[in-house]
Amino acid sequence: MSTPENTSGTRGGARLSVLKTYKLYIGGKFPRSESGRVYEVTDAEGQWLANAPLGSRKDARDAVVAARKAFPGWSGATAYNRGQILYRVAEMLEGRREQFAAEVAAAEGLSQDRARALADAAVDRWVWYAGWSDKIAQVLGGANPVAGPFFNLSTPEPTGVVAVLAPQRCSLLGLVSVLAPVIVTGNTAVLVTSRTAPLPALSLAEVLATSDLPGGVVNVLSGDTAQLARPLAAHQDVNAVDLAGAGPELAAELEASAAENLKRVLRPGSGDWSATPGLERMSAFLETKTVWHPVGA
Amino acid sequence: MPTDAAPRDAGRGTLSDVASSDAALRRFLHGLPGVDAVGLEARAASLGTRSIKTTAKAYALDLAISMIDLTTLEGADTPGKVRSLCAKAARPDPADRTAPRVAAVCVYPDMAATAKRALADLGADGINVASVATAFPAGRAALPVKLADTRDAVAAGADEIDMVIDRGAFLAGRYLAVFEEIQEVKRACGDAHLKVIFENGELATYDNIRRASWLAMLAGADFIKTSTGKVSVNATPPGTLLMLEAVRDFRAATGRQVGVKPAGGIRTAKDALKYLVLVNETAGGDWLSPDWFRFGASSLLNDLLMQRQKLTTGRYSGPDYVTVD
Amino acid sequence: MTEPSQPAAAAPSQLFAYAPAPESRAVVDLAPSYGLFIDGEFREAASGKTFTTLSPATEEVLSEVAYGGEEDVEAAVRAARAAFGPWSALPGTERAKYLFRIARIIQERSRELAVLETLDNGKPIRETRDADLPLVAAHFFYHAGWADKLSWAGLGPDPRPLGVAAQVIPWNFPLLMLAWKIAPALATGNTVVLKPAETTPLSALFFADICRQAGLPEGVVNIVPGDGATGAALVAHPDVAKVAFTGSTAVGRQIARTVAGTDKRLTLELGGKGANIVFDDAPLDQAVEGIVNGIFFNQGQVCCAGSRLLVQESVHDEVLDALKRRLATLRVGDPLDKNTDVGAINSAEQLARISELADSGEQEGAERWSAPCELPERGYWFAPTVFTGVGQAHRIAREEIFGPVLSVLTFRTPDEAVAKANNTPYGLSAGIWTEKGSRILMMADRLRAGVVWANTFNKFDPASPFGGYKESGYGREGGRHGLEGYLEHA
Repeated sequence: MSTPENTSGTRGGARLSVLKTYKLYIGGKFPRSESGRVYEVTDAEGQWLANAPLGSRKDARDAVVAARKAFPGWSGATAYNRGQILYRVAEMLEGRREQFAAEVAAAEGLSQDRARALADAAVDRWVWYAGWSDKIAQVLGGANPVAGPFFNLSTPEPTGVVAVLAPQRCSLLGLVSVLAPVIVTGNTAVLVTSRTAPLPALSLAEVLATSDLPGGVVNVLSGDTAQLARPLAAHQDVNAVDLAGAGPELAAELEASAAENLKRVLRPGSGDWSATPGLERMSAFLETKTVWHPVGA
Repeated sequence: MPTDAAPRDAGRGTLSDVASSDAALRRFLHGLPGVDAVGLEARAASLGTRSIKTTAKAYALDLAISMIDLTTLEGADTPGKVRSLCAKAARPDPADRTAPRVAAVCVYPDMAATAKRALADLGADGINVASVATAFPAGRAALPVKLADTRDAVAAGADEIDMVIDRGAFLAGRYLAVFEEIQEVKRACGDAHLKVIFENGELATYDNIRRASWLAMLAGADFIKTSTGKVSVNATPPGTLLMLEAVRDFRAATGRQVGVKPAGGIRTAKDALKYLVLVNETAGGDWLSPDWFRFGASSLLNDLLMQRQKLTTGRYSGPDYVTVD
Repeated sequence: MTEPSQPAAAAPSQLFAYAPAPESRAVVDLAPSYGLFIDGEFREAASGKTFTTLSPATEEVLSEVAYGGEEDVEAAVRAARAAFGPWSALPGTERAKYLFRIARIIQERSRELAVLETLDNGKPIRETRDADLPLVAAHFFYHAGWADKLSWAGLGPDPRPLGVAAQVIPWNFPLLMLAWKIAPALATGNTVVLKPAETTPLSALFFADICRQAGLPEGVVNIVPGDGATGAALVAHPDVAKVAFTGSTAVGRQIARTVAGTDKRLTLELGGKGANIVFDDAPLDQAVEGIVNGIFFNQGQVCCAGSRLLVQESVHDEVLDALKRRLATLRVGDPLDKNTDVGAINSAEQLARISELADSGEQEGAERWSAPCELPERGYWFAPTVFTGVGQAHRIAREEIFGPVLSVLTFRTPDEAVAKANNTPYGLSAGIWTEKGSRILMMADRLRAGVVWANTFNKFDPASPFGGYKESGYGREGGRHGLEGYLEHA
């Protein structure tokens, strides 16, 4: 059960490396799974990498509670503040590029160079979305020239708690590409990692925890995608689901389940995470609020 | 009465008839200028950036200590606890006799006699005994009960009564009921001074705090006080600033000066100094005395003492160098 | 209370007078002389000429600065021209990262820059620390985010940068005006030659150093200190594609003539005579704060200052009494003292202009009142001043004073307030104070001003466009709208 990283040579001889216990990230804390169970995570060749917590429906429930609790503060923060924090995430991630490149390479069976490029792209994606925080309202909102003595203004507002199923394959860039657009506008997220490649996501939680992001804004669950997704899609206190990481059958089932409280649903897309994103992953989780007010002395 | 917050349509120069009916009182209170929350909070925050150094700080620390109503309001209060509090009030810093005494000790009515005796035994008669009354903190009792509560406290030797208003009546718009209750309690106080607690955290809006301030002052309050310390939102700088504006404007309108007491949540010397800045720049120097401004606090005293020691010795002090009570 | 619990201290208000709380100057390392910043390096002026910059609070010489002449302007434009190709060809994401770096370094060095700005400009450290510098950093952050999102700016799918931007800025907010100019120019892919004001060149030169720390490619930002002649040469340079000017209407007019008949794009942010309109149902305590902030922020040296107070006649006396009481608490003096509210006037020349206009107010029959305050002996100072009984015909009601002088006029009805507020060649800002929402919106509709503040005043944000109507200039700075001044639709 040894991996290449398990031991490393030092001048004094072989040194046994210290392995990390991967944990969930809920409400700003790093708990083990409530189930007390883990599952084996392997690299692309089937070699054991680590044990990941097997998140349960109770972990999902706790994560929703944490996300809901964080929502007023996060959605009420200024857009400028949210942008600064997302940029801080990029700064923190930049400092750990090597670690993430290694995790991505192992998880996805990629060369170091390719993995490094993906890690860099993930940093840049945080930067890209950070810049949207105080611009999205200027692009999607605006004054409406209604025919009457009324001020009329539409602004986008975050929808609430969003359950996000991270892409199964693109374990870091794909993950960031679905997570950043959800939270930049003020939503809070319950993120279900890729089942087979959860380690970059669990490590990203450590980055988020040191980036001034308030606890509970992002909650990270690893485990069986369907088992975690079902209670989330059915949860009456979840406002939206992003099905990026669900296969066609599961996606259809979850969408039907989400209909109960009319969750906003973003269906799985093409899976190409390299292109510059558009606005759709943000607008999917925004409500438009229109304010009327009379004009007169 | 050319003051900015004075009523503009309720009969200039005479405030005697504003409480003639519920409707008249409502018209008066709702005729007060509104409060813009953002602007008020910005002003309070801006005053919070004042930098108090050296001689001004030394003066302010001592002034703040002398303004404290050293408070214990727990279900678990015992005579022993209250006597201990009185000793602290009389000699805040056992190592430094130049440290000033606090203004008063504040206790529940059943502890007023204990406090009175303890202070007398300590030779600290100059320190007042303040007692909360009127079914503190909720105020949910019948008027006769509240009045009996007040009379008990006064009979036990309380020099000052801290009453709570009926927030339910206030929020329901029954201003006259609140007004008359304050008047009754004021009568029951006799010579004791009356502080009227609004529980700003429950009044919720700044407009309400301004209205409650005028209501209480018109009804005869000697002091207006922010909070009981028993709810989640207690004294805040903007709320206190607003009440300071109210007492300033009330004096300009009537000639009568009313004191202000923020209570609850003021724990550090830094916070206390910010409040003194609010007093200085809003109501003015006339209010910078224990006669007109008080802090309802307990742990604040030790932080003030530690800052005081720092100024004297040049070294930061620690909690082992002040007494727990 | 009848029985004072402590021996009452005498004259508490005097004892509580705040002791001096000076911000340390040690955070700023001032060199005896500074060069021009051209093509990524500091250099002497071609002519060898220099000029000195003073601290207006003490008249102490802070430093010598190279004076940019025509040759230097030529070199700077050439450098900017050369840098334009590669800079504009960079992917937006990369340009964004440069701007994010600059924003971060400004945040890191903000105390140093705040003290520097206070020294060179004379404004209180409280303002540079709490207003100027946070806004400067925010401006770079905001525009950094636009650099790779220009196709969403509403100017077509692929808007193009213009080229070299010639930017001339004033002395009232030296670094903030620099940020307003440079951040959008760089985000959109233009390169810059910027001329700071003659009396406040230092923060721009410190900014040049920040560009170096950020690794910004050489020639993308060039700083050429100098005077009006330097600015005129820069604006007239044929290789300049864009001119952006903030300053007086007189100079703005001249620049508009200079660029007439060329392809140069022009943005002008000029003078103002903002009306601050207080209705009788206003939140009065906050209105008083807004009036104070409107005219005494930055010693009133603000183009969008609320220099005309239009107060409803029914509350005139109340408002004036409250205002005077409030002004008596303003602390005028050493700008480096953290408790100072009102600092020094920026220059002897400006002080003379303010004094001349204030004197005219008296001569024309308005009633003059100044807050009781002691002014320092050295330096350029003017006590906060209020004129009542001002008529529309008075010079102090029509001309921009650009100093801590408020002219108070009255009105009776909303129509009259609108008529008086609009009765000026300017149209930059206005304020409305009333608790009635529909009236706010009606007034805002009818006021001919580029920025209307309701129940607040002098608020700025990089996301919010700023600029004037009529002789207050044209073009907008900030927000999505501000990008248009630096882009060609496509």
